[in-house]
Amino acid sequence: MARFRKPSPRQVLLLLALACLAVIAAFMTVGAKGSWGFILSFRGAKIAVMVVVAYSIAVSTVLFQTVTNNRILTPAIMGFDSLYVLIQSGMVFLLGSSGIVSVDPRLRFAAEIAVMVAFSVLLYGSLFAGGRRSLHLLILAGIVFGIFFHSLSTFLQRLIDPAEFAFLQDRFFASFNLVRPDLLVTAVVIVAVVTLVAWRIMHSFDVLALGRDRAINLGVDHRRMVTIILMLVAILVSVSTALVGPITFFGLLVANLAYLVMPSGKHRHILPAAILLAIICLVGGQMILERVFGFDGNLRIVIEFLGGITFIALLLRGTAR
Amino acid sequence: MPKLLLAALGVALLAVLSLFVGATDLSPAALFSSGPESEAMRVMLASRIPRTAAVLLSGMAMGVSGMIMQMLVRNRFVEPGTAGTVESASLGILVVTLLAPGIDLFVKMLVAALFALSGTALFLAILRRIPLRSVLMVPLVGLMLSGIFESVTTFFAYRYDLLQSLNAWIVGDFSGVLRGRYELLWFALALTGAAYLAADRFTVAGMGRDFTTGLGLNYRRVVSFGLIIVSMVTAAVVVTVGTIPFLGLIVPNLVSMTVGDNVRRAVPWVAVVGAGFVLVCDLIGRTVRYPYEIPVGTVVGVVGSALFLYLLLRKDSSLG
Repeated sequence: MARFRKPSPRQVLLLLALACLAVIAAFMTVGAKGSWGFILSFRGAKIAVMVVVAYSIAVSTVLFQTVTNNRILTPAIMGFDSLYVLIQSGMVFLLGSSGIVSVDPRLRFAAEIAVMVAFSVLLYGSLFAGGRRSLHLLILAGIVFGIFFHSLSTFLQRLIDPAEFAFLQDRFFASFNLVRPDLLVTAVVIVAVVTLVAWRIMHSFDVLALGRDRAINLGVDHRRMVTIILMLVAILVSVSTALVGPITFFGLLVANLAYLVMPSGKHRHILPAAILLAIICLVGGQMILERVFGFDGNLRIVIEFLGGITFIALLLRGTAR
Repeated sequence: MPKLLLAALGVALLAVLSLFVGATDLSPAALFSSGPESEAMRVMLASRIPRTAAVLLSGMAMGVSGMIMQMLVRNRFVEPGTAGTVESASLGILVVTLLAPGIDLFVKMLVAALFALSGTALFLAILRRIPLRSVLMVPLVGLMLSGIFESVTTFFAYRYDLLQSLNAWIVGDFSGVLRGRYELLWFALALTGAAYLAADRFTVAGMGRDFTTGLGLNYRRVVSFGLIIVSMVTAAVVVTVGTIPFLGLIVPNLVSMTVGDNVRRAVPWVAVVGAGFVLVCDLIGRTVRYPYEIPVGTVVGVVGSALFLYLLLRKDSSLG
């Protein structure tokens, strides 16, 4: 019996990668009846969407937590997702349903992302830069911003002709049940570009995580970095929300799981761990719900339930300094 | 006092205006020239008057409920919607609907009130375990707990294919109010009156257990009484019209900014402002997309969360 040693970050990553491959393989094959060609292409598209969403949520959450220097704020909790849905509703409202259909979806997606980036840098930049606010105030303001954006988009959607509303809802507002694969290729390209940019500034993340004052002392242009990261986060949130709609607590769950299982705090370990965990949770959760319980599209509800409990636990433990 | 009378008069005028806004065209002239059995009179008595009454009553009741909670917990950001009360009441309604679909509305309300009471008690139990009592922790935990209750409700609604009808109940909406379907709200008004009579006790209870006992009051009893009133009122409003977000948070805060914190003086103001606020939002919802309606819950959601943000991010707020 060998003495138990703490596993190295590499070993943990390797294990996670293997688990991830196993989950994907299981999702592709379990319970398959009928023509293999159809099943593989059908489930392959689902997997591709889930991987892109898991990747976007994991990366955006970890980077956001690095910038805000705590482990409880996430873009979704701060209302980023709701802001994106509001921008979508606003576009549909302004162009009208006849106008919106004639626009190429990729072009519309690009416009939505551009507006989203501008708004989130303005809004959240001022929220984080404007003096020293307490963390609790930030979280609460973020949650209320989310509620505000959500109510406003409901209001706009109500203003659209009620007769056309159902049609629009199916076409433009995604959810786990109404995945929109038409944007998948565009989404992959966007995520790849974001990854490249993030890769170039990866070395600054670990310094940023030390906190604002130390990072400035060590020669990081703090304001510029925060702006860049907020932009990247806004883009990633747009991608995941456009594909499957808003999921409030998923990022919080996977980021905190990654901090838990990873023996190192370096971003080159934490980021891949969070990504792999997100894929495992999303694909695995979807598979268990579909195959074992026979539910479909109920994953969001389960995530909200677990995430809410996690959030209260983190608050009670005083992780939110 | 004259200011309060003026405010009440303004709300009364708005209420009269609200009687003549709707999909069916009703003018005062048509109403008086026709007989008591006419179509116009029927619409007035069966739909318009009940609706306006329901708006005023729920506005008053929810405003005062929020105020009671704020006094008991001694926190400006607590109200039935940020303490799990509303969401647990909704869960109760769902459970009743699943187990006994055709049951009497009053029984439905009682079950919802029981659920609301348990949910709120759970919230208070969590609060007692919080290490650092930051002012903002309280609404944060409450909002999260509400989210958990909501996900349980959604889960069961989804399971039994009630999601569509659930959303229709939950969003506050006065368009379905007819004579014979809203009378529970008078009961809520009676409870609000009882709360007004006991207002000073709630203030004392807010000072803490020891202080209350020192003045010879039974602390537990006062707190339970307050929570029972809030739960009953919330259940009555949710059963009848649905949820009206943040009303109990905003109205008392706006009143305390202008009138101050003397409870005896503030309660009537909260009742009048609450009624007026919901009435204005309902009028907006009825006119902006005429002849279609936007539910009052959506309108209040926009205005309410905007005002909540203003309260949070004010320059002079002492929240850090």
